[in-house]
Amino acid sequence: MSRQDALVSADWAEQNLDAPNTVFVEVDEDTTAYDGGHIPGAVKLDWKTELQDPVRRDFVDKAGFEKLLSSKGIANDDTVILYGGNNNWFAAYAYWYFKLYGHQAVKLLDGGRKKWELDGRKLDTEVPQRPATQFTAQEQDSSIRAFRDEVVNAIGTKNLVDVRSPDEFSGKLLAPAHLPQEQAQRGGHIPSALNVPWSKAANEDGTFKSDDELRKLYSEQGLDSSRPTIAYCRIGERSSHTWFALHELLGETDVKNYDGSWTEYGSLVGVPVETGDGKS
Amino acid sequence: MCSAPDQNADLPAGTDLSKESVVVGKVTSRGSPVGGAYVRLLDGTGEFTAEVVSSASGDYRFFAAPGTWTVRALSRSGNGQSEVAVGGPGLFTTEVAVA
Repeated sequence: MSRQDALVSADWAEQNLDAPNTVFVEVDEDTTAYDGGHIPGAVKLDWKTELQDPVRRDFVDKAGFEKLLSSKGIANDDTVILYGGNNNWFAAYAYWYFKLYGHQAVKLLDGGRKKWELDGRKLDTEVPQRPATQFTAQEQDSSIRAFRDEVVNAIGTKNLVDVRSPDEFSGKLLAPAHLPQEQAQRGGHIPSALNVPWSKAANEDGTFKSDDELRKLYSEQGLDSSRPTIAYCRIGERSSHTWFALHELLGETDVKNYDGSWTEYGSLVGVPVETGDGKS
Repeated sequence: MCSAPDQNADLPAGTDLSKESVVVGKVTSRGSPVGGAYVRLLDGTGEFTAEVVSSASGDYRFFAAPGTWTVRALSRSGNGQSEVAVGGPGLFTTEVAVA
């Protein structure tokens, strides 16, 4: 993978809104953003109600994903351009999720909704009607998704990258500073994890930093690129952003996203937890 | 407590200002509220911590730990920032003017 395969610029997007076999998809935490105005022609995906199983804590299964994309009018030969708010957190999560189910023709709009809005580009409230398709998914690609046992076994052996803010990493906060702090689990981080907040990979306008800047960042923070890497955050969306930077932009080969993340790990009985800044 | 110090802060149910530190305020341009601005909370070293979009009335809100914070706003009317010192639990208000 490389930047050209994985990212499109806002300029490119604006010139390709009507390109054949190209579907723009907005993915948000707060889906009212889409309703108030979206990139013309884009369809909406709700990361919570559509991508999560409604009962168990897991993703919708293969058949469920096929049904979802078919109903959105997305076909196997379509290139999907994902974008969203929150610096593309949920768009990056959806990107990883599309790859998990084997849809390779997916790209992220660099800067997401923020850059699009700050540039003053056109937003539309018209909801496109796309005819249903027969989308077929692959079995989940387990090479990019980490589960808890693998994470516990990775302590001290693989790179664990905690991409939350320093106050979440140290255990002072349990959620990002713009969300209520209602969780009941323990605060802290997985022992041996590096703290490289996702935001260090992004510019102020939400675009990704250059490959050179990203390489410098992760090597300065102590990431050993000869070892496999597992990224995590609180619920797996910010770590998708870092997974994207490492696996899709820098081309690191063995990088997994741990979507259980801190809300799972910090609630496990008996696992080691470290507090503080991890540097002492 | 029945009344919050700032009625416009619109805190979520269950927010306990005797335990939590909440930073709120408005983004303004020449005195008028700016909705849809991207408001970023930066820590004492200038490092990004969180980001929200201001409401139609220009309001933003963060849950923060004690410390010195910079609230920086990006908008189509321009950018701006202001500092706020959070000494402990409670409500801290700071306006951010963009130009």
